[in-house]
Amino acid sequence: MEHLDQPETFAENYRRALINPSLQKALTTATGKALDARNHALADVGEERWQQLRARARAIKEHTIDNLDYYLEQLAANVERSGGHIFWAKSASDARQYIVELAARRSVKVAVKSKSMMTEEIELNPALEAAGIEAVETDLGEYIVQLANERPSHINMPAIHKTRGDVADLFTEKLGVERNEDISEMAALARRVLRQRFAEAQMGITGVNYAIADTGTVVLVENEGNIRLTNSLPRVHVALMGIEKVIPQLSDLDVFIKLLSRSASGQKICSYVSFLTGVKTSQREEGPDEFHLIILDNGRVEMLANPHLRESLFCIRCGACLNVCPVYEKIGGHAYGWVYPGPIGAILTPQLIGRERAAALPFASTLCGACRDVCPVKINLPEMLLHLRHEIKETGRATKVTSRLNRLAEFLEHSVFKFWAAAIKTSLRYRVAAHAARATHALFGRRNKDGARVLSFSRWTNTREATPLAKRSFRERWPELIKSAEETAEAKVVETIALPTSMNNR
Amino acid sequence: MRVSLFITCVVDQFYPQVGEAVVQLFTNLGVEVGFNAEQTCCGQPAYNTGYRREARAVAVQMLRLFERELQTSDYLIAPSGSCTAMVKNSYRELFSGEPELQQRAQRVGERFYELSQFLVDVLGVEEVGASFNGRVTYHDSCHLLRELGVSSAPRKLIRAVRGVEFVEMHAPDACCGFGGTFSVKYPEISTAMVAEKAINIARSQADMVVACDASCLMQTAGFLSREGSNVRCLHLAELLASRNGDC
Repeated sequence: MEHLDQPETFAENYRRALINPSLQKALTTATGKALDARNHALADVGEERWQQLRARARAIKEHTIDNLDYYLEQLAANVERSGGHIFWAKSASDARQYIVELAARRSVKVAVKSKSMMTEEIELNPALEAAGIEAVETDLGEYIVQLANERPSHINMPAIHKTRGDVADLFTEKLGVERNEDISEMAALARRVLRQRFAEAQMGITGVNYAIADTGTVVLVENEGNIRLTNSLPRVHVALMGIEKVIPQLSDLDVFIKLLSRSASGQKICSYVSFLTGVKTSQREEGPDEFHLIILDNGRVEMLANPHLRESLFCIRCGACLNVCPVYEKIGGHAYGWVYPGPIGAILTPQLIGRERAAALPFASTLCGACRDVCPVKINLPEMLLHLRHEIKETGRATKVTSRLNRLAEFLEHSVFKFWAAAIKTSLRYRVAAHAARATHALFGRRNKDGARVLSFSRWTNTREATPLAKRSFRERWPELIKSAEETAEAKVVETIALPTSMNNR
Repeated sequence: MRVSLFITCVVDQFYPQVGEAVVQLFTNLGVEVGFNAEQTCCGQPAYNTGYRREARAVAVQMLRLFERELQTSDYLIAPSGSCTAMVKNSYRELFSGEPELQQRAQRVGERFYELSQFLVDVLGVEEVGASFNGRVTYHDSCHLLRELGVSSAPRKLIRAVRGVEFVEMHAPDACCGFGGTFSVKYPEISTAMVAEKAINIARSQADMVVACDASCLMQTAGFLSREGSNVRCLHLAELLASRNGDC
């Protein structure tokens, strides 16, 4: 896995993805299916009702994020009241250290994990392994990715980059079984292997979908049942949440469940929704003896403080923006180089790991706006991408570009735009620049199929014909055009279409 | 009624025939047309690349020009969804922290229209007397569709052209992959996107693909031409100004 240590890494990553036929097939199929399922589910709900749900979810998010300190303190107090432990983690390393030390104190040898982007974000697995603790992923997709020694490439379909054939090969290689491409049989095999691991584990680690402030309840949403086993079988349950996962009360939950299930997979409701409040109060109850909730900042307070990027905290991780994104569909999740891919990843990553390290990502979008249209909480993703571009180019927050070549490229690009702005400041300069461009084309251009002169600009012309500059611009033709239009209007030779009279009277 | 054209820099320099078609179209409709040759560009290339200082300088100039035009014209019209969205939507963000400029941009924006939306929603015209013999499909340009919410107006106009057989391609609203500087920053991704668009165009068996933005046409036609496709790419205005079954 390539990390985003250098801005140029993104280009290498996506070029590799574009020429991988198996990946291309997997991406087209899986994103298409997920999106179709979502669209069907929406059709059942109806457009008007869907917009009401979105508006309500957004209003709850706005209110909660505006009053985050209040709700987080309320949540923490209620978790502690019901017997849970709270740990406020400022950074990823704080969170890792807490978990590793806890595991060591409890003599944990095996920890089972449910799918959690947050544990990916804090890079928990390597830390556990370094401490001699085996971390076992129990979500089928995550299990596949872990067997392959990769990272998830989608927020909720971690192994989206693999075809069923890829998975069959992987299982044959790693589990020593006969090759079988039948999906339900492969799932049954994984289930058999994982059951054993659940029984061995002394610690279960999960993420958090929602945390309800006024009851101290953690809500987990899933389809496989592995989360329920993770949080109930081992004696110690550790749940990790970003500060944005809190919602005020139970009655705020239904709208998010409706939106999340439909947006992610087209389901009315996910197969399992677990409500976990503290620890058991008697031995007759089910569940772990210990519950730890880690509430993580890791750069989120900075998002909260930035009015232009605050909406980053509204995301409910449904993955719909990935499925609909034409760029994600072409390059897949690994190309984004870190944990969160797609449009939301292009917004989160620069804020979480530094704008200088992920400077390429906000530019990896045509700003087509399809992500904003599907987002269940109406996050204005294109606007935030534009804002990040502005921060990266003009506020000097990302000047630490790693290579000399990149610094030169940045300098040249900025110079081009400075020149451009100067050249179009007045129409006189604009005309001079247009004539200069034509002269350049006449001198250095090659003839295209139609005999017009075009410049070979490889980043365009490698795959597309260049459009030649017109011999005479519109403004040069205008005096004749208006003369002829006036004559036409006066002579009334051309048949005119009658406009509604109210319009003609203006 | 009088309209003043914001012709856009792309049409001015690369596609003047689109501008001519717009003039022809309004003349046919009996609408008086104006064009202020002091205009240059809306500023979107710099804005979208992150250079707001440069974009703002250009936008202030254009805003002044638009206000002058609206003293003698009823509306400003651009043959582009993207440039129209820049003026109507993005100028507000570009002028953030400058309420006076924002208000002026808001007032100009209220009388600034993209061509197809203006024809159908403001003039109430669908049939413009055009005729073209052939199968035509329509590509939704992203900013027209998602920033301005326009999808039915251009289709109504195309369907009303005499001799046209209108066909929808698969995923007409999928981005063509242009995206301004995106198309040169990440040419391989941009090409992969337009390649998929080209497949959908071919499957529709259309003779012609029509769009309301010259930049989508630059990308799509550039790719189709390289691939040796016979499908023509035309701006809506060119189709609407067509006569005698040809254009």
